Amino acid sequence: MTYRTPIPLRTPAPEHLLELRGISKRFGAIRALEGVDLDVYAGEVVAIVGDNGAGKSTLMKVLSGVHPHDSGTIRFAGNPVTISSPTDSRRLGIESVYQELSLCDNLDVVSNLWLGRELRTGGRLDEVEMEQRSWMLLRELSARVSSVRVPVAALSGGQRQTVAIARSLIGNPRVVILDEPTAALGVAQTAEVLNLIERLRERRLGVILISHNIADVQAVADRIVVLRLGRNGGEFRVADVTSEMIIGAITGATSVASRRTAVAEPRT
Amino acid sequence: MTPERALADAGDEQTKPGRLRGTARDAVTRVRSGDLGPTPVIVGLVIISLIFQALNPTFLSSTNLVNLTMQSAAVGTVAIGVALVLLLGEIDISVGSVSGLASAVLAVGYVQLELALPIVIAASVVSGALIGLAFGVLRTRFGLPSFIITLAGLLAVLGLQLFVLGKTGSINIPFDSWIVQFGQQWFLPAWASYLLIVVSVVCFGWLQVSHSLRRHAAGLTSTATVVIIARSAALMIALLVAAWYLNLSRGVGVMFAVFVLLAVVMQYALMRTAWGRSVYAVGGNVEAARRAGIRVNRVYISVFMLCSSFAALGGVFAAARLAAANQGSGGADTNLNAIAAAVIGGTSLFGGRGSAFSAVLGILVIMSITSGLTLINPDSSIRYMITGAVLLLAVVIDSLSRRSRAAAGRA
Repeated sequence: MTYRTPIPLRTPAPEHLLELRGISKRFGAIRALEGVDLDVYAGEVVAIVGDNGAGKSTLMKVLSGVHPHDSGTIRFAGNPVTISSPTDSRRLGIESVYQELSLCDNLDVVSNLWLGRELRTGGRLDEVEMEQRSWMLLRELSARVSSVRVPVAALSGGQRQTVAIARSLIGNPRVVILDEPTAALGVAQTAEVLNLIERLRERRLGVILISHNIADVQAVADRIVVLRLGRNGGEFRVADVTSEMIIGAITGATSVASRRTAVAEPRT
Repeated sequence: MTPERALADAGDEQTKPGRLRGTARDAVTRVRSGDLGPTPVIVGLVIISLIFQALNPTFLSSTNLVNLTMQSAAVGTVAIGVALVLLLGEIDISVGSVSGLASAVLAVGYVQLELALPIVIAASVVSGALIGLAFGVLRTRFGLPSFIITLAGLLAVLGLQLFVLGKTGSINIPFDSWIVQFGQQWFLPAWASYLLIVVSVVCFGWLQVSHSLRRHAAGLTSTATVVIIARSAALMIALLVAAWYLNLSRGVGVMFAVFVLLAVVMQYALMRTAWGRSVYAVGGNVEAARRAGIRVNRVYISVFMLCSSFAALGGVFAAARLAAANQGSGGADTNLNAIAAAVIGGTSLFGGRGSAFSAVLGILVIMSITSGLTLINPDSSIRYMITGAVLLLAVVIDSLSRRSRAAAGRA
């Protein structure tokens, strides 16, 4: 697999990349997901929000092939598919960027970007080609990375997240799933990552953004899908929704006032 | 170089076009931020030499240094394998037993069963590889800590060595066999040693120049050819002087040359192949490596197999040098010297950092201490204590440099 510059789509109508219908997943007695529906189109950012245990991470793991789903159907670009392993997912063109940074601190940026799919010439690593393409990719993403030949441990949190996201693009995917990409980042670094997400949308990728941060979601997402206790808890277009409405859907309260009461009441 | 041309990596703050002065300054910055490289080992080697030379003027004599190189080859070969395992963040404490088993297989096969030497040597190395395979499978299948697996291996393989040796206990290998000649008598003729050094350094330099030219053609910052030539010339002069000094006595041992060659081959595999990259990745962050699609289990198994194979080859070398295999082969200090050599040479115990060359530098330090102490005081009690102290010092340096790397943000 090699990284290529994406060809602009000829058809203006957004392509229906992912279509999940009635996805269920249980772990023993626990129902992590129950009949979840999700649609992702090319060139849009879909945010998945929800409280802890709402099923966000499980849904991500279903799509990335870590935990295959029990029932329901997945269609990718219109064709029914089964995703039973991370390899299946990657082969379809779904890349996942995990919450805990999945970079090797002791390796430099180029090595991390190409890890597991190094370019070779006659058995040897083609460092020159990899470095050159790394720069091309980082430039296209307008990513600010101070050097590609230092160990990634030397980079800031935002730069590391940038490298992690850039790495997902090396395989030329069509859908990228980002798990809490702005968690534990400062203000400026968060802005950097949000800009990067917009670059992904410009590249006509389908972006699934899993986040706790309502402000980030409203800043960058086109559509917000709320999960609540493993079920669909509502779907909004960012243009016509307030953060109160989103929080209401996340907690299951219909308005801010009742949400406050819900929180104030002792849980039994 | 055309400075007007915008380089593709012009934004890169780290890679400045390589010039002589800049290169020297970069080296100082690297050492300050805890990226020590081979500097502490070389400094240590110089200090050790000066101390022993002051105590006993025969220490730096070319005869003694020739002995030192010949003693280094066997355990050094074992240490190459240990360095690989340490790179993964694992450990193998059974290497001494495996080398002892290989010595026994060599002696029994050649002397008692009267098999051809190439077959016996192959059998020794294959037995090592099989033991490594067993360790790797146990490590990946059951997730046991490698310390425990190889501790069990240490005992089991020692038992196997005694079993192979049988009642004889000690077997002498005939002096006229080529394996013993190789271990004791074969030295490169002076002209051959110089030729070997010149050819290898020129090849090495040429590879660097062609790489640099490719980088330049690709619009990346490149090292100026003059820098590469200066570096290669310095390396060549250092090696030529060393070879000249050894040639005053018997010269460069073939076994030592083979050992260094093995280290070079492994270093190449580590730095220039996808397998080597995956070894560093697994040592740095197993989970990240797995998610990147690296077949982590294969990396573990291949490294454990290589480690035990190198241990076995080291055992063959040791038997060749001793012209015998006995129940004590690979016992006592083989294990610790091999592990200590890799660590002293600069391979981190924490994984993901180090090189195959660490085995060469480290074993020279260990053997210098051993040889120096033997010249001064034949009592091994002092020798063990001092070797222990040096190992401790090396680990402290490793740990401190790790900490200052973290402080300087260089991993």
